[in-house]
Amino acid sequence: MGVEGIGARVVRKEDRRFITGQGRYVDDVKMVGMSYAHFIRSPHAHAKVKGINSTEAMKMPGVIAVLTGQQIVDDKVGNLICGWAITSKDGSPMKMGAWPAMAPETVRFVGQAVAVVIAETKNQAKDAAEAVVVDYEELPAVADVRAAIKSGAPQLHPEAPGNIVYDWHIGDEAAVGDAFSKAANVVTLELTNNRLVPNAMEPRAAVAHYDQAEEHYTLYTTSQNPHVARLVLSAFYNIAPEHKLRVIAPDVGGGFGSKIYIYPEEMVALWASKKVNRPVKWTGDRSEAFLTDAHGRDHVSKAEMAFDKDNKILGLRVKTHANFGAYMSLFSSAVPTYLYATLLSGQYVIPAIYAEVIGVYTNTTPVDAYRGAGRPEASYLLERMMETAARQLKVDPTELRKKNFINQFPYQTPVIMAYDIGDFHASIDAAMKAIDYAGFAARKAKAKADGKLRGIGVSCYIEACGIAPSKAVGSLGAGVGLWESAEIRVNPVGTIEVLPGSHSHGQGHETTFCQIIAERLGVPISQVSIVHGDTDKVQFGMGTYGSRSIAVGGAAIVKAMEKVEAKAKKIAAHALEASESDIVIENGEFKVTGTDKAIALPMVALAAYTAHNLPDGMEPGLKETAFYDPTNFTFPAGAYICELEVDPGTGKTSFVNFVAADDFGRLINPMIVEGQVHGGLAQGIGQALLEGAVYDDTGQLVTASFMDYTMPRADDLPSFQLSHTTTLCPGNPLGVKGCGEAGAIGASAAVINAITDAIGNNKLEMPATPDRVWHAIHG
Amino acid sequence: MYETNYHRASSIDDAVAQFAKGTDSKFLSGGQTLLPVMKQRLAAPSDVIDVAKIKDMIGIDVSGDTVTIKAATPHYDVAQSDAVKKAIPALASLASEIGDPAVRYRGTIGGSLANNDPAADYPAAVLALGATIKTNKRSIAAEDFFKGLFSTALEDGEIITAVSFPVPAKAGYAKFPNPASRFALTGVFVAKTKAGDVRVAATGASQSGVMRVGPIEQALKANWAASALDSVTIAASGLLADIHGSADYRANLVKVMGQRAVTAAG
Repeated sequence: MGVEGIGARVVRKEDRRFITGQGRYVDDVKMVGMSYAHFIRSPHAHAKVKGINSTEAMKMPGVIAVLTGQQIVDDKVGNLICGWAITSKDGSPMKMGAWPAMAPETVRFVGQAVAVVIAETKNQAKDAAEAVVVDYEELPAVADVRAAIKSGAPQLHPEAPGNIVYDWHIGDEAAVGDAFSKAANVVTLELTNNRLVPNAMEPRAAVAHYDQAEEHYTLYTTSQNPHVARLVLSAFYNIAPEHKLRVIAPDVGGGFGSKIYIYPEEMVALWASKKVNRPVKWTGDRSEAFLTDAHGRDHVSKAEMAFDKDNKILGLRVKTHANFGAYMSLFSSAVPTYLYATLLSGQYVIPAIYAEVIGVYTNTTPVDAYRGAGRPEASYLLERMMETAARQLKVDPTELRKKNFINQFPYQTPVIMAYDIGDFHASIDAAMKAIDYAGFAARKAKAKADGKLRGIGVSCYIEACGIAPSKAVGSLGAGVGLWESAEIRVNPVGTIEVLPGSHSHGQGHETTFCQIIAERLGVPISQVSIVHGDTDKVQFGMGTYGSRSIAVGGAAIVKAMEKVEAKAKKIAAHALEASESDIVIENGEFKVTGTDKAIALPMVALAAYTAHNLPDGMEPGLKETAFYDPTNFTFPAGAYICELEVDPGTGKTSFVNFVAADDFGRLINPMIVEGQVHGGLAQGIGQALLEGAVYDDTGQLVTASFMDYTMPRADDLPSFQLSHTTTLCPGNPLGVKGCGEAGAIGASAAVINAITDAIGNNKLEMPATPDRVWHAIHG
Repeated sequence: MYETNYHRASSIDDAVAQFAKGTDSKFLSGGQTLLPVMKQRLAAPSDVIDVAKIKDMIGIDVSGDTVTIKAATPHYDVAQSDAVKKAIPALASLASEIGDPAVRYRGTIGGSLANNDPAADYPAAVLALGATIKTNKRSIAAEDFFKGLFSTALEDGEIITAVSFPVPAKAGYAKFPNPASRFALTGVFVAKTKAGDVRVAATGASQSGVMRVGPIEQALKANWAASALDSVTIAASGLLADIHGSADYRANLVKVMGQRAVTAAG
């Protein structure tokens, strides 16, 4: 309805403040009497903390306090938690070591905090931190997941013998054994999914304030889910009960998962604000972000796929070792299990699947969900496998995929997921047409004549988004429900405020959510505001991650709007002396259908609040709340095809074309969707070609700055050709599926498939740097 | 950053005098290396003497067979200079590819040479072209100037004031950038002097910093053509190795960038 409703390419409302430098971020918050925190971090990957001497530091100018890990233990602040319980195949619960917010006895990764200096200025805190003497006794360290599980490897936590957190499995091992015994061909593949550093543009930050008179805390923090932060800080860390703790996530400059978690620094800032009875600010720098923001991915896998004589897939067997780093972060346990192995059926009919996942501790930064979270790892493995199989079976990779596509929906995979709807042929056909797949052979021949190696690579991804049905995830070990809430306030003069439980940190909620209202009421989006990110304003919400804000949060908005509209129609019908069933909503008016009788929304709203003439028994006001708990995940899917050239002299990859055909269901704002896909593709291509966190054998992060960690730049990326094929999601009232992670999930396999096609060597790990590609060509 | 005393020098003499007053002074030109290092608290000079605004240190002069670039001239000015483009187009081209626009507006040739980062671009041009580094005290031949990683012939308190390049018959530069930092993973500058000599220098490759590449010089002396390098082998020993490029990969880049530099030189 209207030019600003669903499907309109509306310019983002929030961009005015962002592009004019008027965003309001945590570091912009200033408080009277504010002090500054600077953390003292371990330079060692594994060491005993034998003593901390702050005598000299305390004498330095401006120093208010030096607080240590032992003090936070003494004050009974809780250890950090992992919120998803995974059970090993032998029935035992996962084995976790304790993670105190600052290490009192042992440090287990470079950058782990052991103490904090609170001072009048940031520089004074830094100066004093250099005067704090920490006595470390170095211990042997292990950073590589394969090394960590060997006998004799350094042990991180006594609770987890052999450094193994869990040894989990899913699927039917016997059925897979049968499938392989009948196979005409078996394809095997070993691969690494490289560790990534999230690198949100805004580093993490916290401003904590303790009000002694009210015994009340306020925390400004860079969070994707302020209510979850408050819940965890209250229920598990004993900082304060919920009604005595307000958490505010103002504008947040990117998250990609890394701002889901409640980190030590935010906890310490809150705790310290009471200790020193001053507001405490901590703003992380880029170096701290590299060392302490939860990293992503880091899998080593072996996969085998069985085919019959007609190239139909019979079975898939996967064994994955997942590197968790030194501690179990908030949702880390779920990422290589229920967010990974449950997607191993991909877009294909695979009658039997069996996957084992071994979660492993190492002396590295903790690993958790990062854009896609488990699904990029699954998609990469499966789509590298399909390409490898096509080459081994000597069939066209698109034909092999099409032959094995799921065509009937709903489809129950052997690994929990029940796909509701999709059209995988439509996506791959659209992508093949867009890139002129049929003409590739001729283009490759021409490139060869020019001395270039040209390749083409396909990736057909599916993801489970709209996280998630609460009962289902609860049965799988999740500690929380993953519903979403929304409150709609129609103000007395007819303007509207939407209070969603999700939180925008780049997604454009302030525009798309308004478009949902505009669609339903026919009002301009300028009459609608989004209020989010403050636990004092929004009653509760589960936050933004897993491409859930529109699929789950949007549905909650629709449910709340249905209640608002039902009441408003009663008021309008009463005012117009018409039957409620005859009232329709058009262009901001409530009309009696088939007549010229109408009452505008502001008059309905005013009537609701003056309450002079409401239907008998009706409560005044026009404000409704809804909670929406999805019945299933949503399943965005699509096909990406990448065409590129490799320079044999240098191993450098140059893109020729990159096409994406995505099925996200209904698009609320196609422009914002395209932006999300562009960003996701950049991260997927970044993983494939550029990004990789590298640790040396002593556990030092070699890629600890942008001098060595290759962030994608604009000139590293091609111009993307995007298109959409649409099957509407039947599981939610908007028909939406979510689009935030697709690019990051599907892109990397397309790129590596294309490079390996170009160079004629399938042995190539990510990131496919020029050095690695050159060696793959020349040996 | 630790506290430091900042001085903006009004002349070369003033800069030298201010430098002498500090207990641990550093000259500041474009600040593209010194300032990030100071921000990370890895350097703590007592005094910072800013030479970037000294009028006598900015400008480009082309006369006869010599291009003289004063030390505080930013890369952008060199890249945009019609005189440089005409006399030594490879030098203007090199300057246009240093860092990014922000770096090119601030970074200077003198700062780059004094810092002698093993992956910087200018040292390759200075060495291959046989340039002369002029300081407030003397003239130093390129051969004598570079002394290994981040090390030069400059004495404490000595300021580079200008660099003089003899105009070659032909010259070309080809760089393969480090994917992360965009410094030269390996860059090769080839030059054929008007007397017919061939000089080739590589940056980013050697553990000893910028270096002459004998095998390529020999091959190009015999035949100034990219194809003349087809049979050349560059030894990997003594070359840098890191996560971005192994020594044998860099050895290959020296040859391939050498070929592309010859092609660029024409």
